[in-house]
Amino acid sequence: MAQFRGTESYVASRELEVAVNAAVALQRPLLVKGEPGTGKTVLAQEIAKALGYPLIEWHIKSTTKAQQGLYEYDAVSRLRDGQLGDPRVHDIANYIVRGKLWDAFEHETPVVLLIDEIDKADIEFPNDLLLELDRMQFFVYETRKTVQARHRPVVIITSNNEKELPDAFLRRCFFHYIRFPDRETMEMIVRAHYPDIRRDLLREALNVFFEIREVDGLKKKPATSELLDWLKLLTIEDMPPEALRSSDAKTAIPPLYGALLKNEQDVHLFERLAFLARRRGG
Amino acid sequence: MFAPFILALRAAGVPASIMEYLALLRAMKEGVAGFSVDDFYHLSRAALVKDERHLDRFDRVFGEVFKGLESPQGEAPRELPEEWLRKLAEKVLTPEEMAQIKAMGDFDSLMETLKKRLEEQKGRHQGGSKWIGTAGTSPFGAYGYNPEGVRIGQDKSRHRRAVKVWDQRQFRDLDEDEALSSRNMKVALRRLRRFARTGAATELDLPGTIGATARNGGSLDLHMVPERHNAVKVLLLMDIGGSMDDHIRICQELFTAARSEFKHLEFWYFHNCLYERVWRTNRRRRETERPTFEMLRTYGPDWRVVIVGDATMSPYEIIQPGGSVEHWNEEAGQVWMSRLTRHFRKAAWLNPVPQDHWRYTQSIGILQRLMENRMYPLTLAGLETMARELAR
Repeated sequence: MAQFRGTESYVASRELEVAVNAAVALQRPLLVKGEPGTGKTVLAQEIAKALGYPLIEWHIKSTTKAQQGLYEYDAVSRLRDGQLGDPRVHDIANYIVRGKLWDAFEHETPVVLLIDEIDKADIEFPNDLLLELDRMQFFVYETRKTVQARHRPVVIITSNNEKELPDAFLRRCFFHYIRFPDRETMEMIVRAHYPDIRRDLLREALNVFFEIREVDGLKKKPATSELLDWLKLLTIEDMPPEALRSSDAKTAIPPLYGALLKNEQDVHLFERLAFLARRRGG
Repeated sequence: MFAPFILALRAAGVPASIMEYLALLRAMKEGVAGFSVDDFYHLSRAALVKDERHLDRFDRVFGEVFKGLESPQGEAPRELPEEWLRKLAEKVLTPEEMAQIKAMGDFDSLMETLKKRLEEQKGRHQGGSKWIGTAGTSPFGAYGYNPEGVRIGQDKSRHRRAVKVWDQRQFRDLDEDEALSSRNMKVALRRLRRFARTGAATELDLPGTIGATARNGGSLDLHMVPERHNAVKVLLLMDIGGSMDDHIRICQELFTAARSEFKHLEFWYFHNCLYERVWRTNRRRRETERPTFEMLRTYGPDWRVVIVGDATMSPYEIIQPGGSVEHWNEEAGQVWMSRLTRHFRKAAWLNPVPQDHWRYTQSIGILQRLMENRMYPLTLAGLETMARELAR
């Protein structure tokens, strides 16, 4: 059986490896939660890469219905075709549009199916998928056909915790909570992405990064993806590490902070804090 | 095989079921966990815990069941388990050093002395030659230059492997019964947001479609309309001053965070109990004061009212006219409270005082009754119940 290990571009903790392997071995969905920006979505891509399976992504929006993942019956175009006298109209199968789950079930090889941000959808959404995910089959009423999975796909479900998920659904999943990486792990993650970043620059940047995360009242704390973007900018601009050292009160706002702070209130908050620091310093 | 573990988990309030237990056993059989206790910890956590709020409880129960720690109630264990010390020592000391220790007396007696010292010692200590602390010559403590030194509580991640991850209790912040701090505020606000957002979907505009299809000469022309947004309006009343000063920081945090979450959020202050006047800004109280009647007239009964206050005062401040500590009030606080609850159908009281202490304060009981039992503690669990009650 294929085993999941962290890859060169993705640093996985042992607990994550155990959780993924358990989900793969028992063919149950793996529910992944965690702060935004801790790599929940990337995880599915890495699992697919590690296992050598293709990845099918199903991104959930607030308007997504469970049925859309199975199939949709396009009654409107059938009606139109009927009005225009198209011969296709006689076969109802022409108007069945396959969903992502159907694609995953009928794929020749096993696949990794990512159901991204399941909490965005309606509160009943997970319940509607219970049976389908449990038995890996569903029934198409229009054509009276049962679609059965050829290989049980590896299902990865991510959630940002905006809604509670129903208990019956949770009982069928394995669960993993991605903690925000500590400094050492963060260093490894950065090195995995930018192997030849300057050591002193990275050290100073991480100092600033974790300091910003400590600030109370930020609406959106910068996360891994923001740090990576910021570091990229810093290297492109060829910023000297000294510029990041905030001992000089006038530069309390880090350079190129736009990559780290993503909303206006946060930037304002930061400017105010910097102003206060300057006043105290002066 | 692990039945006592599951039972202990359930007793501690982690809702693990038979199904999850069986899944765990199957995963063990499949050999997912290997044979290390760390792996078993990770595996059982992935299989049995489905909510990050329960992770801390799981850690405590795991520690108790598998290592015989003290029971999960109360504070962190005061006594260092001997086996833990030994492990730490083994990790840090070289074999020669271990031999030296043996020469000094056997390892167990060294541990015994260490335990005794730990008990004798009250505070943190640095330097010196007997007490445990940092930079001393005593055999115990960190950074010491005694070769027999035992390292305690230093550089715990240097081996990049958690000694005992469950003992670190990293998920304590996520437990729902802990009082709110700015860290778990975010999770709490998601709960509040639940009743501020009620579904967004596009639906078929039936009359529009029929009309357009008819105009089109019979060929179908679909029209969609956005679903009506039923934005919930929230009125926040905050108790300020007096006994609330202890809780003011926490409430302010909740309030500033909540302000950005809602589109329709109005806030007013009062002192201790609601009387005939409320005000908008505490600093400019005199200028922003308004009659409570005006507030009741301004906001319709469809507004949800959330009162934040500790409800801790003399009972006279609620039941007697003129009972207010600040001014002469013509009508008693309870009259105003019942006016409020009669006007607003959906109202709730958030109380920062821990719920266990409520019954010792008479005024909390009175207000609880006036609020028709809709008083909730200011914790994640309390907020959740409140949100559910207000959304109903």
